[in-house]
Parts: sequence; structure tokens; C-alpha cells
Amino acid sequence: MISAFADLLERLAFTPRRSLKLAHLAGYFASTPDPDRGYALAALTGDLALRAVTPSLLRGVVAERVDAELFALSYDFVGDLAETIALIWPEGGTARDVALSDLVAELAQSPKAELPARIAARLDGLGPSGRYAYLKLATGGLRVGVSARLARQAVADYGGLDLGAIEEVWHGLEPPYAGLFAWAEGGAKPVSAARAPFRPVMLSTPTDAGALAALSPTDFVAEWKWDGIRVQAVCEGGTRRLYSRTGDDISRAFPDLLAALEFDGVLDGELLVRRGAEVAPFGDLQTRLGRKQVGAKLLASHPAALRAYDLLIWQGQDWRGAPFAARRAELERVVAAMGQERIDLSPLLPCQDWAALDALRAAPPDPVIEGVMIKHRASPYLAGRVKGHWFKWKRAPMVVDAVLLYAQRGHGKRSGYYSDFTFGLWHEGALVPVGKAYFGFTDAELKALDRFVRDNTVERFGPVRAVRPEKVVEVAFEGLNRSARHKSGVAMRFPRISRIRDDKPAAEADHLAALLALLGDGG
Amino acid sequence: MARAVGVLFLSIMTQAPPLIPRPEGLYCPDGDFYIDPVRPVARALITHAHADHARAGHGAVLATRQTLDLMALRYGADFTQARQVAEGPVQMGGVRASFHPAGHVLGSAQISLQTSAGRVLVTGDYTRSPNAACAPWEPVACDILVTEATFALPVFHHPAPEGEIAKLLASVAAFPERAHLVGAYALGKAQRVIMLLRAAGYDAPIYLHGALQKLCDYHLAQGVALGDLRPATVERGRKGDFAGAIVLAPPSAFAATWAQRFPDPVICFASGWMMVRARARQRGVELPLVISDHVDWPQLTRTITELNPRETWITHGREDALLRWCALNQRAARPLRLVGYGDEPE
Repeated sequence: MISAFADLLERLAFTPRRSLKLAHLAGYFASTPDPDRGYALAALTGDLALRAVTPSLLRGVVAERVDAELFALSYDFVGDLAETIALIWPEGGTARDVALSDLVAELAQSPKAELPARIAARLDGLGPSGRYAYLKLATGGLRVGVSARLARQAVADYGGLDLGAIEEVWHGLEPPYAGLFAWAEGGAKPVSAARAPFRPVMLSTPTDAGALAALSPTDFVAEWKWDGIRVQAVCEGGTRRLYSRTGDDISRAFPDLLAALEFDGVLDGELLVRRGAEVAPFGDLQTRLGRKQVGAKLLASHPAALRAYDLLIWQGQDWRGAPFAARRAELERVVAAMGQERIDLSPLLPCQDWAALDALRAAPPDPVIEGVMIKHRASPYLAGRVKGHWFKWKRAPMVVDAVLLYAQRGHGKRSGYYSDFTFGLWHEGALVPVGKAYFGFTDAELKALDRFVRDNTVERFGPVRAVRPEKVVEVAFEGLNRSARHKSGVAMRFPRISRIRDDKPAAEADHLAALLALLGDGG
Repeated sequence: MARAVGVLFLSIMTQAPPLIPRPEGLYCPDGDFYIDPVRPVARALITHAHADHARAGHGAVLATRQTLDLMALRYGADFTQARQVAEGPVQMGGVRASFHPAGHVLGSAQISLQTSAGRVLVTGDYTRSPNAACAPWEPVACDILVTEATFALPVFHHPAPEGEIAKLLASVAAFPERAHLVGAYALGKAQRVIMLLRAAGYDAPIYLHGALQKLCDYHLAQGVALGDLRPATVERGRKGDFAGAIVLAPPSAFAATWAQRFPDPVICFASGWMMVRARARQRGVELPLVISDHVDWPQLTRTITELNPRETWITHGREDALLRWCALNQRAARPLRLVGYGDEPE
């Protein structure tokens, strides 16, 4: 029923905590019958392929009922089209509750010319939160802070299933996912009908010099950890797919690489933008992501490539049970034989002793390297993050000394504390905001930062406080992308406050130029 | 629109206006007084005791007994040089003023003025929804309606407050290990929320932030049955155990170290603004409660229709939408654009 779905959206929208979101979702799946829960799941994962109900269509619908000037004033205040229409719609709440499946079928099947009248009739029948849920369903993009993966995790939680197992079959399933829910409730695992399906990816666990000391380097091989996107490239029976490591099909955004998958098998590798031998920074890859159509210009300027790590299946033969060394040998053979410019091998590194590897890790030859991977020679290709087989040993994070500029209160256990910080660097005599961080510090440091914010507030904007620019913090981060959305022109990846620099006056904090120099793309 | 302005122009040309917006506030030349002035003046008529309407430092104040009491509680007994309780009509120069319940907060009144230009009704802030913490709004006939417009957008259809309280109680039941911190303005909203909880059958103790204590005590003394209220205090340095409890505090307390005594609170906020998601999220609210002490759009437009004034003047709030509505309904209206009145008092 739409009312239950509306309740769910309401709860999710105001629940900041992941564990509670999962509990709300699992509760919804438990109390909602098929097919409604499946359509709700599809709406959350973005797999509900409805004909797009466009903003202009909705504006036309509302213009029939509400004065245009009153609507404009209201929209200006509310800021969200679906919410404005849901709140301003003059009649409503008269009809009986309606099944999500009926609404989905109507939106999918109505002739385009009849759609506005059908939508208006539905809005007449629903109350405000029902209208909001219906409009979000119709337009897509729920914006309730739930990723596709979190929604699938909730199904796994509900059924006591492994998320990896769900992701393995996900691509072959279709809304309303009756087979998936039957499986979650103790039935048989659905058979994926998809050609070229996704296979669960093998993941690594973090390590360091201390943990490695107990292991013998001769049992392992090492290779670079490239800073792109881990993908699975599949070509089976003429069907080609490129999957993210969570099983999302990202083929459409990479037609150039897809065309190069001239083989019959499944490869594991890193998706990169590569110009000749030169690997482009992560930001270049980001501009290719999430596009439904890729123009010829972008294909030429940002060519996609695959750097192969592993081989799962080749010409019908499943290699996943074979030791890494054997898979690697086969991988080297087939990559050399296919002769595709866009597909190359991730080279192996000498791994005689950990100290030598540490030295390589500390000074990688290419800026688009995040660290090293260490893989047991005998390890089979296993689903998920299995300990003892693959390790990642990341390069030391980049750091800058920045000045705290703004602070905002946290949620839940931190709701009484200023725990979300915006920090800045010097540029032409002023401090420019360069990022936000809300973790990395200890509880004691959080208290100290909270105290500093309260004692040094110079201005308030709603829940945000501007503070006297005096507190210097060391910010650690994993990488840097160019970003047009940020005033500084760059965005940090995984920034966190690694140290409070009470020893350093604000004037000695770093300059923006020092951060830009870390971009490593020469410009 | 052009016609509405024409009518207004005519009325001003043929007769001196009974009220004039000035920097100090709304001025009545015939009676030589201000209504809810934002700066100290010689004579002030006060609609209600919220800080943006009732300020200290006037020469003389005419208001309801409860409003005068509340002002004395807030500002001290010497908040004005002279005071007069509004009981029955009061003649001031050529103007006869009378006070009528507004339903907004305890002591709140609409002020009706009999002037040479006709009957003028200054609503102050008001709501037509039932409010167990004060006397209910009364319709007062008028020729000129001077109304607030805080929630004057057609998106504001405030739901029945009972449903919002049910949401709060359901959340308390669902999270018995967490305290529920309800942000509610100290005068009016806090007592309204308490009365709604009591009406819903919630008879457990309700805990109060220190800033609410005096005002709740005054309500109790005035016969508003708020039930068992306790201070939300803890021994110095300890975390409080308010698991499963409902704690009321002014919203500003969420930003203070006061909130740190609660181990893992559910942040709730009782306000008419909570209808808009972005507003609720921006304030870090986990449980928005749409409870308003102002007229919403249907109430506001219904009031204008029912009182059927010759002209509608708008003091503060979102006057653009209300002006548009008046124009669409062939009603003469003008914005006074008074400054100094907040969206809601803190």
C-alpha cells in the first residue's frame, strides 16, 4: 500500500543512523506482502524503470489546480518540486489506500496523453505524505539517504542472507523480486536468468608492517593497488557487461571498453582512464561515471581501460578454485594473446622481503597508485572479504595542516557535540574552505574541539557556527580530485582529522598551493 | 491587483488611516499609542508576551492580566512605568480598545479598536486550532483586519496536533532506551505540547529544561493542568539516565552543552515549520512534530472570508502569497511590512 511506503520514506528521511535505516527497511519487508515490497525495493535501488514523469509534466498538472504565482512562491520556499506539490495540492485523502503495484502499473502503461489526468486523480485520492511518496515513485530519485547497496543489505538482514550472495544474483532479477523475497523467507535461491552474470568479487583486508612480520614473503606476490574503480569485465555468449564490485551494471557509461572485451570469460581488474601508457587521475574517471550517453568527444579525451588483476572464468572453464599463481599465469597468457590496447596487465612487484616492499609502497612510481596488494600464491578466488588471502597495504595518507572555519552538531550520540568540521587553507591572504571532516579524532579530542567551538563562535547560521580561525588541525586524506563544485577547485577523498595541532599558530597552516601540488596532474 | 490598490488609495485619501506603520511599530494617531512596538514608546498595547511583541522599557502598557504577569516574569516587575489590565473596553482619545482571546499562548489577545474609520481588529499572532493551554480564538467583527501572515503559503496545512503527539508516543515506545528531547519554545508551545501529551493519556513525569520552569509554574498557578513536571537535572559531571523519558527544552538548548547529558537522544522539534523537510533536516531533527500556534493557510483565508473586512492589512510574515490570494478573491489588501517580528519567538 502507498501509505506504508510513505511511512517508510518518512522514517528513512529523518533517520541519520545506518543501523536504524536497515531496521526500518527490514521491518517494512517483513510487514509488506509481494509484490508491493518488491516495487518499493526497486524504487530504492533505482531499478524501477518507469517512463520518466518529468518536472514539466508535473508543473502542468499542478497549474490546473493552483494559481501559478502562489505555486511559485511556495516552491521557492519549499525547494523541492514533489514536496511542494504534495503539500499544496488542494484536495485529497478521499480514496481508499492503493497498492504500490497498481500505481506502478498505471504509470508504466498509461498512454502519455492520459498521464496528467491519471496523476491528478491519484493526487486527489491521497493525503500529503502519500502524495509525496507517489510523486517520488513517479519521478525516481527518492533522496532518502538509502543507497542501492543499503537496500540490498536490508534484504540480506531480513532473510539472514549474505549480501555477496544477493549481489551475485541481483543482476538477473527483476522487480518485484518475488523470487528474492521467497529466498529470504527460506525458499530456494533464485536462479539468475541473466546472461553474463556478475560473480561475487574477492576483497582484501588491511594490513601493516607489524602484521606482515608474521608472514613469509615467499608465500606471496605483490602488485600495485591502482586508484581507479574495481570492476568485473564479462563477455559470455556474446553478451558483454562491466560490473562494479557491488554488482552494479556500469556498461552503458563505458562503450569504448565494452567494445574491447573480445573474449569469452570473466576478468577482474581496475577500470582506469588511460592515455597511452599514462594513467589519468581518479577525477578523470569520475567524469565518465554515471552517464547514460557518452559523447564522442569525451570518449576521445577520456579513454577507458582495464588493468587486469585476475581471471575467474575463461572459455567456459571456472578457474576460481585454482591457486592464484596458476590463475595469474593463465591471465598473462590470455592478455598477451588478445592484443587489445585497452586491456593490459597489472605488473607484479618484487616481494623478497617486506622492507623492500615498504619502500616501494612509500614511493610509488605513479601518482595513481594507492598502495600495494599482497596476495597469497595459493589462494583460490573467494567471495567477499576473507582473511588471510589478500591484503591491502595502503600508501601513507596525504596530510595538510588546515584551520577550522565552521562546525555543525552531529547526530545521535553526538547530537550534543559539534562534531562536523569545515576547514580551510590560506590563499591570497584569506582562508578558503577546502573540505569537511567528522571523524578521525578520539572522544577526548572531540570534547576539546567542541569546547573550542563553543568558546570561539563568531557567527551562527542556523545549526552552523563560524569559529575564530585559530585552531589548526592535521587533515589526512586518501586522494584528491579536481572539482568544479568546490570553491577551492579540489575535493579530498576520505578526509579526517588525524591530529590537533595546538603547537601551530593559524598563520603557519598550509597554503592552498601546497594542496594543489598534491594533485599530481601537473595542472 | 490594480483595482485592489486603487481601493486602498481611495480609502487613505478620503480619511486619515486609523493605524500607521512606523519604525517603532504600528501607531494609532487618534489614540496616541502603539501596538506591540519593537522600541520603547510612551504608551503600548501588547497582544501577547512573546519577546518580539512584548518588550521592556515602555512608559505605560495596556494588556491582559496574564500578558502583564508573563512580562513581569520575563523582564522583572519594573518592565514598564505604568501598567493597566485590559478588562472591558478602554477609551483612549478618540479610540475605544477591547481585548479578545487569540488562542496563541496564555494571555494572548486580539485588539479591537473602534475608530472614526471603523472597527479595526489587530490579531497579533493567533490560531483557530484548539489549544488547551489558553482561551480559544474568538471571531471579532471588523472593517479593517490587521492580520499576521507567519504561515501564509498554501503549502501550510497543519495536521491535527493529536496525530503528531501520537507519533512522539510511538517513537518513545519504539526506543525505550533513548530519551526524547522535544524542542519547544518556552512560552506557549511547551505548555501546549504538555497538554496534548496529557490529553493523549500520557501521565508519566515530563522533564523540563530550567528555562521552562518558571513559565510552567505560572501556567499551573493559572489552572492549566500540566501534571507531573520535574527538572531535567543531573549531578555535576554525570550522564543522566533519561531512558524512555520525554524532556522538553527550548530549541536553543540543543546547541548548548546541556544536551550532552543525554547519552543518545532522539531530537524532536515541535513547530509549524516542521512541515518542510529541508527545514527539519537542516536543524538536525530526527522526529519533526508539526505543531503550530499560528493560523495555517486554510485558517487564515477562512478567517478573512468569514470576517469579510473591507480591507485586510498584513503585519508580518509571508505577505506576498496572501496579497496574491486577496487579489484573486477581489479583496482589498496592503502589506504593512513591519520589521522586528520573527518567524517564531525563541
